[in-house]
Amino acid sequence: MVPLFYNARSLWARRLSTGLTVVGLGLVVFVFSAVLMLANGIESALASGGDASNVVVLRKGATSELVSGLERDAVRILATEPQVASGADGQPLVAGERVVLLTLPSGSTKAMNTSARGISAESFEARPEVQLVAGRRPRPGTNEVVLGRSLVGTSPEATLGGELRFARQRWPVVGVIAARGGAFESEVWADAMRLGTAFGRDDFSSAVVRLRSPAEVDAFVKRVDANPRFTLEAKPEPKYWADQASGLAAFIRVLGLFVSFVFSVGAVLGAMITMYAQVATRVAELGMLRAVGFRRRSVLASVVVESAMLGAAGGVLGALGALATRWIHIRTLNFQTFAAVSFGFSPTPAILLGALLFGTAMGLLGGLLPALRAARLSILDALRA
Amino acid sequence: MSLDAPSATAPMVRLQGVSKTYRRGTVEVPVLAGVDLTIGTGAFEAFMGPSGSGKSTLLNLVSGLDRPTTGVVEVAGRDLAEMDDRELSDWRAAHVGFVFQLYNLIPVLTAAENVELPLLLTPLTRGERRQHVAAALELVGLGHRVGHRPPQMSGGEQQRVAIARAIVSDPDLIIADEPTGDLDRKAAEAVLDLFGVLHRDLHKTLVMVTHDPHAAERAGRVHHLDKGVLQ
Repeated sequence: MVPLFYNARSLWARRLSTGLTVVGLGLVVFVFSAVLMLANGIESALASGGDASNVVVLRKGATSELVSGLERDAVRILATEPQVASGADGQPLVAGERVVLLTLPSGSTKAMNTSARGISAESFEARPEVQLVAGRRPRPGTNEVVLGRSLVGTSPEATLGGELRFARQRWPVVGVIAARGGAFESEVWADAMRLGTAFGRDDFSSAVVRLRSPAEVDAFVKRVDANPRFTLEAKPEPKYWADQASGLAAFIRVLGLFVSFVFSVGAVLGAMITMYAQVATRVAELGMLRAVGFRRRSVLASVVVESAMLGAAGGVLGALGALATRWIHIRTLNFQTFAAVSFGFSPTPAILLGALLFGTAMGLLGGLLPALRAARLSILDALRA
Repeated sequence: MSLDAPSATAPMVRLQGVSKTYRRGTVEVPVLAGVDLTIGTGAFEAFMGPSGSGKSTLLNLVSGLDRPTTGVVEVAGRDLAEMDDRELSDWRAAHVGFVFQLYNLIPVLTAAENVELPLLLTPLTRGERRQHVAAALELVGLGHRVGHRPPQMSGGEQQRVAIARAIVSDPDLIIADEPTGDLDRKAAEAVLDLFGVLHRDLHKTLVMVTHDPHAAERAGRVHHLDKGVLQ
């Protein structure tokens, strides 16, 4: 086997072309990994809104809370199911909730859609992952609201102590909530009755039901589906939020991977040109290696490995660049819920490993033809070069 | 001019009815015609002749870098025509050391790393390889230049590194193609002195192609080639 340091030093000896190729490969890996991190960020932002013990109940066929409707009686009946957990006060943890879309000003001329969740007394207790990080909870029967922390500062009055204006009413902000990065951090929470009155809605959008344990979820879902009094559908809460994330995440992932693929063709060609140049300038060296006894496959492997080194370096560069985006947060419309959702670039070890492999694979592909050329060189022609 | 008598020992190289024809497009160009030759083990023989006479082609056939169009090339008892490309590579690694006119060193590797290359094809440990490399470089008088790279050395020094690379794996046969062709007189003499050491003290079989009559004088026997025919 030709020693690896020969390849590394040969690349370093032609560092300008090596550097430019690595940058090209790195840019593609950056796009590739940033897209995956973005899609993962969306899924984290929306899908992490679920608790394993919770079930979301919607009208049968409804794909989101926004298009669902639930009568008050249904919520009362759900509370009688045996699997339902009880709160500290002994009341069943079933929270009828109302979800509407608000338009809040964003900057001087723009506006953004935001989800507002009308909550019941049990909403906070049913969702232990939702924590108050500033201020206090809204008092029942008032227009007080709490903001998800991703919303803070996105609208002029969206701050603790500020006052939102929508539905021709004023809504003082009395608290800020966090939900482990989940979808609730992009919502406004207000009293369900006050929100219903303001928007002229009497029914609930959904009910969140906290069960005694995650093991009870399947049984509860089946009971709801089988109950002839309901035309309701129960979904485990994590699944519900994962479904909400799937459309946008898949869109970004598919679009991003397509763009990455197109870019990668260019990057592979760049690596190929670099490796052809490497082979062309080292024909005599390769001829000498063959003459002293290195086999064709050793020369082939050496060039392929060298190209893979280029790719791996591009992979590292691209992955590092993508990691730097983790502090960037984006706010965009989730076209499944029509509400703005805030999310960031969320790296995982699998994405970083994938970035390295992607870069290395591009290098490998780019090196194949030059390696074949190197391996097929006539020793005599190479020695005369 | 010969300094030594032809070797009477078992032949290291035997060529019988060897011819070589290259094809350039539709034209066939004969380079060697019916060459019969025997080179004894431990001999130092030189080939001279005008450009295009077939000297280098002969050398390439003897070293297993090329195959004859017709005839038999036997080296160290092996018929090279029987070996495929992979076997020839292994055979060259085990039996042949090369010294080229332009040294063919790898500029990004140190002298020691260049010399070590043929040993990477052997089962020697890293420590053993280092010992062999140090010994080879000492033999060519470059024990103090192990860490230097070719661009930091003179032409004569580079050729001595190439000689160290050629002998480091203790091959039976050393092939030298115009080894002094790119050197000044002093450096050429140093290289030829080294060949003398390899021949006399280490009993290596040396086959050299040269244009230089002074270099040829060092050989035990000088063959002349003209238009592909051994004179």
